[in-house]
Amino acid sequence: MSGISRDAAELAAVQPLRPADRSRWRGFVLPVAAIALWWLLSSLDIANSALLVSPAKVFDTAVDQVVTGRLWRALSASLAREATGFVIGTVSGLLLGALLGLSPLFNRIVGPSFNTFKQISLFAWIPLISVWFGLGDVAKVVFLSLAALVPVVVNTCDGIRTVPPGLLEVARVYGFTRWQTVTQVVLPAALPSIFTGVYLALIYSWLATIGAEYLLVAGKGIGNTLIEGSEHFQMDLVIFGMLVIGTVGWLMNAAARALERRLARWTGRAT
Amino acid sequence: MSAEAELSAVLEREDAQPTRAPLPWLRIAARLGDAALPWLLPLGLIALWFAGAEQGWISPQVLPPPQFVWETLRDLALSGDLWLHVSTSFARVGVGFAIGTSLGLLLGAAMGLSQRFEAYVLPSFNALVQIPVLAWLPFVLLIVGIGEPLKYILIAKAAMVPVALNTLQGFRQTPVALREVGQVYGYNRRQQVLEIVLPHAVPTLFTGVRLGFTKAWLSLVVVELVASSEGLGYLIVYGRQLFQLDLVMAAVIVVGAIGYAIDRLLDRLEAAAHRHRPGGAR
Repeated sequence: MSGISRDAAELAAVQPLRPADRSRWRGFVLPVAAIALWWLLSSLDIANSALLVSPAKVFDTAVDQVVTGRLWRALSASLAREATGFVIGTVSGLLLGALLGLSPLFNRIVGPSFNTFKQISLFAWIPLISVWFGLGDVAKVVFLSLAALVPVVVNTCDGIRTVPPGLLEVARVYGFTRWQTVTQVVLPAALPSIFTGVYLALIYSWLATIGAEYLLVAGKGIGNTLIEGSEHFQMDLVIFGMLVIGTVGWLMNAAARALERRLARWTGRAT
Repeated sequence: MSAEAELSAVLEREDAQPTRAPLPWLRIAARLGDAALPWLLPLGLIALWFAGAEQGWISPQVLPPPQFVWETLRDLALSGDLWLHVSTSFARVGVGFAIGTSLGLLLGAAMGLSQRFEAYVLPSFNALVQIPVLAWLPFVLLIVGIGEPLKYILIAKAAMVPVALNTLQGFRQTPVALREVGQVYGYNRRQQVLEIVLPHAVPTLFTGVRLGFTKAWLSLVVVELVASSEGLGYLIVYGRQLFQLDLVMAAVIVVGAIGYAIDRLLDRLEAAAHRHRPGGAR
């Protein structure tokens, strides 16, 4: 049962907390001050270093990347890969998680192996994947699917196994068949937990996209933009890449949260 | 567990039969069979792996036979190389995790205790959290170079985020009733924090620390894969470059085993911390 509290904590770690204090302007003080300081330092030329690029330079690089279409090419390549891996991983995760949750026998046979498997750091698989599947898109999609699969399996299985006993009793009283019990009682009750798994899968597969581009260097993607900047000592490109990756992650978070609220209203229960 | 038993009871109620006491030896056999079930899959896979290697279905360059991996693992352990890499990795995780956890506790506690500080810092913190460790890597690499500080900084960042967020949550969710008790007893702010808020927050804090360790260990592997010349992650990359998959798999097994062992340990400690939460279990 500790799995649940842990995944909730994990979700809390990717899902930004809202400040309790509602005076929004305070949140802007620190970033504005930091940018002002950055601007000052780079214009004063104190540290005579190519690394201390000015905010204006970063802005120019950003405009250049957008106008030449490089940003779009890199981002669309990354997002297409992410979507493929996310869909494959989530669908297989839902199936595996449902089997693990619904069949005690299957759980007994596969559960312990799966729990051992998920302990191995995800990124440690990359060298093996690169031998088995090469350095191309196939290897990356395999890796991304793996990243998305684990949280979906864990949360689907947990959600199904922690359906309140009261609900199951109601189903028994009404004489539901096995199929009715699963589709009308178990799955709806497990839905919030399943959604948590899918939410985590979305975040993890985005992190894994960057990781795959970093460690399986081939092709174009936003991760490759970062590597390029790093190799050519172009700090402006590195900062731009970081900003893009952070923004995409934030947008995914926001979209998933909005969807979660919808879902909560639709199923009529507060998550 | 009871929910699961309930569920299977509902699902299998059609098979319900009048209970007859089974013979004792039959019951023992059933229990043994049940205990053996989890071993079916791993043993089957290993048998398949053995057979595949023996029959030459799989080339050893793609999947080395299990005895190779075992021998490599033994050689690594006996020659002391394993110890060298493990201790390097441990030192990195130790330093990074210690820095990250202390910073996370401080930052989380400061945000939890002062709403004003939280209002100033939390939005920036949230924004920086959105950028994953791997995206920080080239940035930090350009600034501090490829040495040990790079590893410490990235591991510390990875550990800090969950610790800070869980600390903040732990401080925030003091039950109103407990707060009121403090007011009734005329506690001053210091007493409130030390005797009510902090003890109540400890279990949540611990969850953060545990997650922090998981993230630190994950980041260690990533950082060592990308930029290092010793350590467990390096061993994996090195084996890959020489196309010695037995070395890669041996290193992956060690990484998994250590991560698993420490996770179990922290799980025990966390469960103990949750049991001692004042005001009963949530």
